[in-house]
Amino acid sequence: MHSYPYSRAATPAALAEDGRQRRASLLRLAFVALVAAATIAATGLAARSARADQTLLNVSYDPTRELYQAYNELFARHWKEVKGEDVTLQASHGGSGAQARSVIDGLEADVVTLALAADITAIADKTGKLPADWQARLPHNSSPYTSTIVFLVRKGNPKGVKDWGDLVKPGVEVITPNPKTSGGARWNYLAAWAWAEDQYKGDDAKVRDYIKTLLTHVPVLDSGARGATTTFVQRGLGDVLLAWENEAFLAINELGPDQFEIVVPSISILAEPPVAVVDANAKAHGTEELAKTYLDYLYSPEAQKLIAKNYYRPVDPAAADPEDLKRFPALKLVTIDKDFGGWVKAQKEHFADGGSFDQLYQPK
Amino acid sequence: MIDTLAHASLPPPPKPHELATARAVTRAATGEAPAIRLLLIAAAILFLTLFLFAPLALVFTEALRQGVVKFIGALTQKEALAAIRLTLITAGISVPLNLAFGLAAAWAIARFRFPGKSLLLTLIDLPFSVSPVISGLVFVLIFGAQSLIGPWLSAHGIKIVFALPGIVLATIFVTLPFVARELIPLMQEQGADQEEAALSLGASGWQTFWHVTLPNVRWGVLYGVLLCNARAMGEFGAVSVISGHVRGLTNTIPLHVEVLYNEYAFSAAFAMASLLALLALVTLALKTFLEWRFAGELANGLRH
Repeated sequence: MHSYPYSRAATPAALAEDGRQRRASLLRLAFVALVAAATIAATGLAARSARADQTLLNVSYDPTRELYQAYNELFARHWKEVKGEDVTLQASHGGSGAQARSVIDGLEADVVTLALAADITAIADKTGKLPADWQARLPHNSSPYTSTIVFLVRKGNPKGVKDWGDLVKPGVEVITPNPKTSGGARWNYLAAWAWAEDQYKGDDAKVRDYIKTLLTHVPVLDSGARGATTTFVQRGLGDVLLAWENEAFLAINELGPDQFEIVVPSISILAEPPVAVVDANAKAHGTEELAKTYLDYLYSPEAQKLIAKNYYRPVDPAAADPEDLKRFPALKLVTIDKDFGGWVKAQKEHFADGGSFDQLYQPK
Repeated sequence: MIDTLAHASLPPPPKPHELATARAVTRAATGEAPAIRLLLIAAAILFLTLFLFAPLALVFTEALRQGVVKFIGALTQKEALAAIRLTLITAGISVPLNLAFGLAAAWAIARFRFPGKSLLLTLIDLPFSVSPVISGLVFVLIFGAQSLIGPWLSAHGIKIVFALPGIVLATIFVTLPFVARELIPLMQEQGADQEEAALSLGASGWQTFWHVTLPNVRWGVLYGVLLCNARAMGEFGAVSVISGHVRGLTNTIPLHVEVLYNEYAFSAAFAMASLLALLALVTLALKTFLEWRFAGELANGLRH
């Protein structure tokens, strides 16, 4: 192939050699520059993480993005007034189950604000970073706001969906996320279950049959509630989105009331998304007081007002703007504790490996 | 995208003695009926338009839909800047490391015979064949709080997963083959003649490396680095698993695009996406420029 010319006395060859050396030194320069860039990047990073600023990480579930963006502003002002200190509030969002998994795997959340109690209990069980009785530490089952599950349909409700029974009509496609990873999906599932229990007077075989049929109407299971919403509103898949009430309102607000409308079913479930300090993490970061105040302040009148404005049902309606409250229809709500024996039992029966979801869901 | 295109436009270097035959074959191939030629060209153009030009154009039109001011506003937002910085830091660490590794690995494989050589070759290809999501997950399982060494790491305040080290690790893993894969065939083909000559003429090992080995493979190196960098900045799956999605802290540009999209901030999402698209275009332009500028040198068999 290319044999190296051993005799290079000729001028062009010497010139070439010259250029070769120049390029070699250029190359060396580039090489050194690359290594230097890496070093600078690494040290710059070390300097950044050494900054002593009070920082709080809130690991939350999918649809709370807008709520906590607004609440963080409110809380930062509050903290500044009370303590005179600035605070950096960080947030991470995703499917509730997936987020819990991340915290279990080492994501150092100071507080968790997840979609349902079972996910926080899982963190307590697997890591011991918060006590087993965490849910008794704050009022209202540690849930400063509640919500419920409603249907979001396309404008004019072309498929005539009025209640849970209509979801299994031929040709109706239902969008709901995956109950294994999403908290909202578990509320959806239990709400459907509650309706079927009521409809079939507790006939277990018929209830299971309904859920099984319902799951065959689901073309895709997204991992989180927000993913399911984008599937429905952006990608235009499906006829009905089973959604958090707040998520449905937000979608209409963001994308225009001329495209979607909300259908309130005859029965739904009282969804209580709880909050908790992850004690061991907060202790390690020295943010125990900050974390506790962050959650306590959620129950304050100012925060409750903000919560209602962001389409969540406040636990203290007196503090909310009556205009905001008018948006929430009254409907028959079952509860997780009374009707499903609490999250520990419901999680085991329905969503754990081999639970009812595994038995009834058959991927196409 | 870059990957396919770049490879498509870069056939393996023809060996000089094969060139004549190749030319003859080409001439025979163009003897097709004009209608068929036209059909094939039309199909190629249609394909490119559908899968390359249209998405690219869409990214930029969506990004600029609400005007240039909004576009710049979206890019200079605090969280956007943090994502850009994190992406640059990640690429800044993983690309040089992979360059060093790629050079060393290619040199070892092309110049020496040792037991386990083919195993090493296979291992270098592993990141290409493993789904990126699995790559990320593997690091969570190795370094996560529930892993064997997790408790020790957290007791010593060492953060790997859901922090920069994890993101860099995952990125290094998925971009590992790029430089090595570019260099191995090139160095194998060049052979060790020139290096042996340099050594026999009294050059030291480093001198040989700087003056002979590196200049000979510089195009391959550059090309590998370009691809490696593009992938390092654009990687989504592996990084998504290991990042923890903390806004303004562990979200890279691709992750931030998803966050924005999920928050109905479509123009902002596309503005960030256009940065990545721009990176792809710059990478291609750079590669084309280098090929054009140094066409003479490339033609003498070093072409890659």
